[in-house]
Amino acid sequence: MSDWIAIAKLTEIPQRGARLLKTDTADIAIFRTGSDEVFAVSDQCPHLGGPLSQGIVHGNAVTCPLHNWKIDLNSGDVMAPDEGCVRTYPVKIEAGVVYLGATEVQATIGK
Amino acid sequence: MREKLVLIGNGMAGVRTLEEILKLDPEMYDITVFGAEPYGNYNRIMLSPVLAGEKSIDDIILNDEQWYVDNHITLHTGQQVTHIDRYQRRVVTDDGLEAHYDRLIISTGSSPFILPIPGADLEGVVGFRDVHDVDQMLATAKHYKKAVVIGAGLLGLEAADGLLKQGMDITVIHLLDTLMEQQLDSTAGAMLKASLEARGMKFLMCHQTEALLGEGRVQGIRFANGQTIPTDLVVMAVGIRPNITLAQSAGIYCERGIVVSDTLATYDPRIYAVGECVQHRGITYGLVAPLFEQAKVCANHLCQLGYGRYEGSVVSTKLKVSGIDLFSAGEFIETEGDETLVMQDPAEGIYKKLVIHNNKVKGAVMYGDTLDGSWYFQLLREETDISSFRSTILFGQHSVGDAGHGGGSKMVNLSDDAEVCGCNGVCKGEIVKAIQDKGLFTLDEVKAHTKAGASCGSCSGLVEQILVSTVGSDFDAVPSKKAMCGCTDLSHDEVVEAIRKEGLKDMATLFQYLNWNTPDGCASCRPALNYYLLCSWPEEYKDDAQSRFINERVHGNIQKDGTYSVVPRMFGGLCTAKDLRAIADVSDKYNVPQMKVTGGQRIDLFGVKKEQLPAMWKDLNDAGFISGHAYSKGLRTVKTCAGETWCRFGTQNSIDLGVKLEHFTWGSWMPHKFKIAVSGCPRNCAEATIKDFGVVCVDSGYELHVGGNGGIKVRVTDLLCKVATEEEVREYCGAFTQFYREDAHYLERTANWIERVGMKRIKAHVVDDEAGRKVLNERFKVSQKVAQVDPWKERADGAESHEFTPLQMAG
Ligand code: SRM
Ligand SMILES: Cc1cc2nc3c(=O)[nH]c(=O)nc-3n(C[C@H](O)[C@H](O)[C@H](O)COP(=O)(O)OP(=O)(O)OC[C@H]3O[C@@H](n4cnc5c(N)ncnc54)[C@H](O)[C@@H]3O)c2cc1C
Ligand code: SF4
Ligand code: FES
Repeated sequence: MSDWIAIAKLTEIPQRGARLLKTDTADIAIFRTGSDEVFAVSDQCPHLGGPLSQGIVHGNAVTCPLHNWKIDLNSGDVMAPDEGCVRTYPVKIEAGVVYLGATEVQATIGK
Repeated sequence: MREKLVLIGNGMAGVRTLEEILKLDPEMYDITVFGAEPYGNYNRIMLSPVLAGEKSIDDIILNDEQWYVDNHITLHTGQQVTHIDRYQRRVVTDDGLEAHYDRLIISTGSSPFILPIPGADLEGVVGFRDVHDVDQMLATAKHYKKAVVIGAGLLGLEAADGLLKQGMDITVIHLLDTLMEQQLDSTAGAMLKASLEARGMKFLMCHQTEALLGEGRVQGIRFANGQTIPTDLVVMAVGIRPNITLAQSAGIYCERGIVVSDTLATYDPRIYAVGECVQHRGITYGLVAPLFEQAKVCANHLCQLGYGRYEGSVVSTKLKVSGIDLFSAGEFIETEGDETLVMQDPAEGIYKKLVIHNNKVKGAVMYGDTLDGSWYFQLLREETDISSFRSTILFGQHSVGDAGHGGGSKMVNLSDDAEVCGCNGVCKGEIVKAIQDKGLFTLDEVKAHTKAGASCGSCSGLVEQILVSTVGSDFDAVPSKKAMCGCTDLSHDEVVEAIRKEGLKDMATLFQYLNWNTPDGCASCRPALNYYLLCSWPEEYKDDAQSRFINERVHGNIQKDGTYSVVPRMFGGLCTAKDLRAIADVSDKYNVPQMKVTGGQRIDLFGVKKEQLPAMWKDLNDAGFISGHAYSKGLRTVKTCAGETWCRFGTQNSIDLGVKLEHFTWGSWMPHKFKIAVSGCPRNCAEATIKDFGVVCVDSGYELHVGGNGGIKVRVTDLLCKVATEEEVREYCGAFTQFYREDAHYLERTANWIERVGMKRIKAHVVDDEAGRKVLNERFKVSQKVAQVDPWKERADGAESHEFTPLQMAG
């Protein structure tokens, strides 16, 4: 199971926006949707590595700023017509604080 | 019980009729099909690529046997119908199979005409019509070397090309001195001949075949002039004859073909006929496009809808020999009273000829460059009056009315009713609609759903372009009159009207009021809506950063590696030593990897990390710089030239005027980027005539030019008007800019906008209506009050800091 680590207050992430989380091992994009759900995915677009945290957030998806690939934040899957997927990380909100599953983040060290 | 429908002839026209019927009313008939060939329905057109070894039989099957099963159609392959009993309403085949009908469709196609000369029945003498013929030719090519094709028409040349590709030594015999004389004039014919000869094809023109020589197998060919040449294979491609014997023997009225009315009914009202076997208003057709039109009408009547009418077709021709572009349509040999427009570039191998009558296109022949074929064909069929663009018509559609950057691809600029697939009569609009409604992503899917590109395939490239431009990058998509995006059915204009009329002042209200399909739009509509709201309610609407593309959100251009570029504004391109020193210092301090003088007369600092931006902007602010908005849909630069102050030709102070205009217009948000230039004289060193708003100074005042574009597709400006004073220049500039802001669709540059709405409309609002102009200019000034805030300063002072500071992991 994950060790949850607090990373931000929900209000520190703009609605329909994202914050970049830099860790020793990975750049992770933390998204907050219009309905206040939170998702964490790798900040590298599977296409050519575009920074997903800079994209426009709509529904539970983000559009990559470089060439408009759309990524489903829930599954990490690239939406048709393009194909691919990005790594997702577990996140949760408790009492207005966003937590990230640290075990999974650590696990990327090995990659 | 369902009525019984029987189809004789399992070919392209007959099966297409069934498809049309199934589309209209799948429950209507019990269907039985008889086909003499031992296959399901295949794409006969594609036999040429099969012969050339570019496709296999499997590739060209249109409806496999499963299709018949799935649609509950009884298929009898390898069964030739030999008798139609009209009294008892049944058909009988050579094997004695029988079927009863309530309605009958005869679609027996045609057969190659075999010259009635001695030796025509020798082995090795074939037509070019079906899979069997192709098999024979391929088998011959394996063991023999020499082949002759008689007839240099469309079919003959495709056969010759295929056999050449199979490694045969090929001679084409033709009775006349021009090849493809039905489709080409002598010039284009000669060009075609030259390029086929260059591939190794030999021609004997003006040769009449007298006899085929040989014992059992053909060995040679003799001409009327006594000459003989050896050969191992003879392909007869001298014409086709409608297959009417069966119909005739049943007493159905025939002339050259089975005679049908505009509803495709024969003289027997229970019997319909479609395809090459048919004669309609005196004409028989040998290309699929008209046959498919017939199929549609025939199905309409068989399904008892009763409103379809076939009134004949104008046909166009393309040759399916890879590497050869050739197009012809209509009456392309001029007769008295016609005029001819010709463009010829022998070095490039390009030839275009249009035959014009009363300012209407009557015929077209093109060789080498056939991109505009579908456009000319459309002008021809729609009998468009071409007088207004006659002088440039030969240069193609792009020279007439599709300037602007338009995504770069030609298809984007075609109107929705332009025909893309000539074979199946599919227009661009239908393709775009199918792609959007059905969510199609591959060429095959588009072919399957629309039939575009599914017959001869020569339009596949165009279909692909449409596909790319429709599903491709949303940001570059040229706004169309269609729905803004998948989130709504409303067009840009409808949304803007609702915003203004209904007083919608924020996005949430808008989504709700206009029944958006998605909770918060998409990356395509949100930036557009944000702009429309901002432009409509400058003093009330609060800009939504999250609806802006990253460049506008963080006020820099995102680079491929995720860094940003920084371009400080240099009003009119003017700078001082102190300015340059300050930029140099900033560059040193932040280790900027590269600096460059831009095409917009200022300096770009590339490769800056996002976290550094606010600090760097602060330093630039301190040195007197503000954002250059090199990233915005809004004013970019005002280019100026030396002008009166320095230049020996200068007529007015262009530098000073440029600086003033930049101070006036910077910061405004617009539908797309906007560029201004001021040139001091008509030598136009600031390139004012390819800018969105350009000023060319002359002795007596200022010429104002609008709608220029130097980007993907160059468009030269239109002259708006001439004014006498700088004050007027400002007023017109403000009014024009505001009108563009309010009237254009999001992501539509002035060039595209003017092409869409026309200069007349622009002049009516900005030039002719003095009061209106002043009001527009005032509105622009109001919106500038809010807009002219340096975004760099705001952020250097701490605004939106979350953008520039990554989160840290606690613990
Ligand atoms: C920096 C500059 C090239 C340079 O080093 O000279 C430049 C750079 C870019 N141009 Fe440009 N354009 C630059 C002058 C031009 C010019 C020349 C001019 O303005 O005189 C043109 C043709 C004139 C015109 O616009 O009509 C030009 C036509 C384009 C176009 C095509 C626009 C069109 O309507 O056809 C695009 C694509 C677009 O806007 O969608 C584009 C897009 C871009 C973008 C922003 C690509 C993007 O969307 O990310 C480039 C950013 C590069 C980067 O990584 O920072 N750039 N671009 C120039 C900046 C000028 C400035 O000082 O602001
Ligand atoms: C090599 C080649 C290339 C071509 N290229 C082009 C092109 O590029 N563009 C274009 O538009 N057109 C082209 N055509 C023409 C196009 O293929 C025809 O116009 C089209 O196939 C005619 O359709 P149809 O249904 O009338 O006849 P067909 O497709 O010939 O179908 C008639 C069918 O009826 C069957 N039949 C006949 N009599 C009986 C009977 N008594 N009982 C049972 N079955 C019977 C025949 O066996 C045949 O299968 C080409 C044709 C050929 C041969
Ligand atoms: S031309 Fe413009 S858009 Fe293209 S690579 Fe150069 S800077 Fe980028
Ligand atoms: S890098 Fe994301 S779409 Fe190209």
